[in-house]
Amino acid sequence: MRLPTQWLGVAPFFIFAIMFLILPTLYLMLGAFQNDAGEFTLENIAALAQPSIVAAYWISIKVSLASSLIGAFAGLAIAIAIVRGGLPDWIRSATLTFSGVASNFAGVPLAFAFLATLGRLGLATVILNTVFGLNIYAHGFNILSFWGLTLTYVYFQIPLMVVIIVPAIDGLKKEWGEAAATLGATMSQYWRMVVIPVIWPSFLGTVILLFANAFGAIATAYALTGSSLNIVPILLYAQIRGDVLHNAHLGYAIAFGMIVITGLANVFYIWFRTRSERWLK
Amino acid sequence: MKSGKFWAWLVFALGAAYFFIPLIATVEFSMRMRRGEYSFDAYKVVLGDARFQATFGYSVLAAVFTIILGVLIVVPAAYWIRLRLPQLRPIVEFITLLPLVIPAIVIVFGYIRMYGSNSPLPFLATDTGTNALLVIGYATLALPYMYRAVDTGLRTIDVRTLTEAAQILGAGWGTIITRVILPNVLIAVLSGAFLTFAIVIGEFTMASLLNRPAFGPYLQNIGANRAYEPAALAIIAFAITWGCMSLIQILSRFAPKSANRPN
Repeated sequence: MRLPTQWLGVAPFFIFAIMFLILPTLYLMLGAFQNDAGEFTLENIAALAQPSIVAAYWISIKVSLASSLIGAFAGLAIAIAIVRGGLPDWIRSATLTFSGVASNFAGVPLAFAFLATLGRLGLATVILNTVFGLNIYAHGFNILSFWGLTLTYVYFQIPLMVVIIVPAIDGLKKEWGEAAATLGATMSQYWRMVVIPVIWPSFLGTVILLFANAFGAIATAYALTGSSLNIVPILLYAQIRGDVLHNAHLGYAIAFGMIVITGLANVFYIWFRTRSERWLK
Repeated sequence: MKSGKFWAWLVFALGAAYFFIPLIATVEFSMRMRRGEYSFDAYKVVLGDARFQATFGYSVLAAVFTIILGVLIVVPAAYWIRLRLPQLRPIVEFITLLPLVIPAIVIVFGYIRMYGSNSPLPFLATDTGTNALLVIGYATLALPYMYRAVDTGLRTIDVRTLTEAAQILGAGWGTIITRVILPNVLIAVLSGAFLTFAIVIGEFTMASLLNRPAFGPYLQNIGANRAYEPAALAIIAFAITWGCMSLIQILSRFAPKSANRPN
């Protein structure tokens, strides 16, 4: 019998993963298709269609999409600037270091930082009002709103994009630019026909990763807005704490919906990733 | 080319403004506690708060246990896959990516339903059990980072030769892992450990739903009830994250670059 010793080294990992990652998730996913008596039903999934839950999913998707797209394009611009823009070397390494920190600076403290900046008494709000005469709150801005939350999420989305996309831009070979130039390509042709097609898959893949990243996040939003902005994780949080929907299995269905959305996002991510790896060896 | 450089500077300047203004504003706000002048009062109040010390201590302890648990699970598995079971690599990599797919709130929701007081494994029936479940939850959150760090570390050493050499000298599996493999990947493990620390120290969702007296829920509570202390806490948290990331950078300078490095 060789089998037991063969598997001994990986056994703790698999036992851990099954007990504390896979089974709890499966338990919720199955629970989403059961009623209180344990019989199979689609009622819980159908119940997701009630307006308050649909609204929560919709605002979550909007915030995640907006923050991931803004974060992605801004992050790409910064990455191109520091890799290809001819800036001094220290700027590149300082930006990368800072990005490593800022991409992990999320959760409750990030919300505090933005309240201190763009809250009613925040420094930026006050300076805009006293120096530039622009009262952003009078113009409908509120940190406790869709745009407030999006602007806050962008703070960890941009650095994450920079950290992931810089290696992809580094992977653009100098020879490709020279070859294009030799063949008489203009700068815009080189970008349009070489750079963008090569970077595109990793860019799109990262956008999706950023989307999933924002979609599951709760701490920042909860500390920033309390429960005034009804995104899905906050709804689920309230449901776990106090069964606000008065139906335990509906909570399972909400969790199931979240896994479906982040799961789909990650399937696309892996697909784009394998496509981009063909070029960036 | 001149205009390209101008655009690069402009983009960089805009980015720097977006990232530094909130930090400056937070520092400024945290020092406004005393009327009419800047002071470090908010920091004194926060650092002197008994609940700050208690919750921070609790989270540091939770982070240490998380790191130990993570190392115990990940190092043998990653080592064994390199040595004997390369065919399992895709499965293990897929599993280590799952915590990025399944939101933390869903994982902890599953725990609450599966390991409640009436279940066969009643983790939540006792305080110790709930603490253990929190550490377990944190270990799942850290799994993607820990695995990647350790696997990268293992790639730079020749696992097979080292293992065979140790076996010829009469070492058992315990000795091989603790005295041959672990010292060789120590820097990678430490990188994973500091990243884990940065993730765990202010974690809110799991600690809050498991009702643990951790730093994350304390932060949230202060945020809901105080004016200037949250800004001071944000700066402290930023400094901790910065410290962890700097330690990782410093450590990476000591890491071996490849297995075939000429000595």
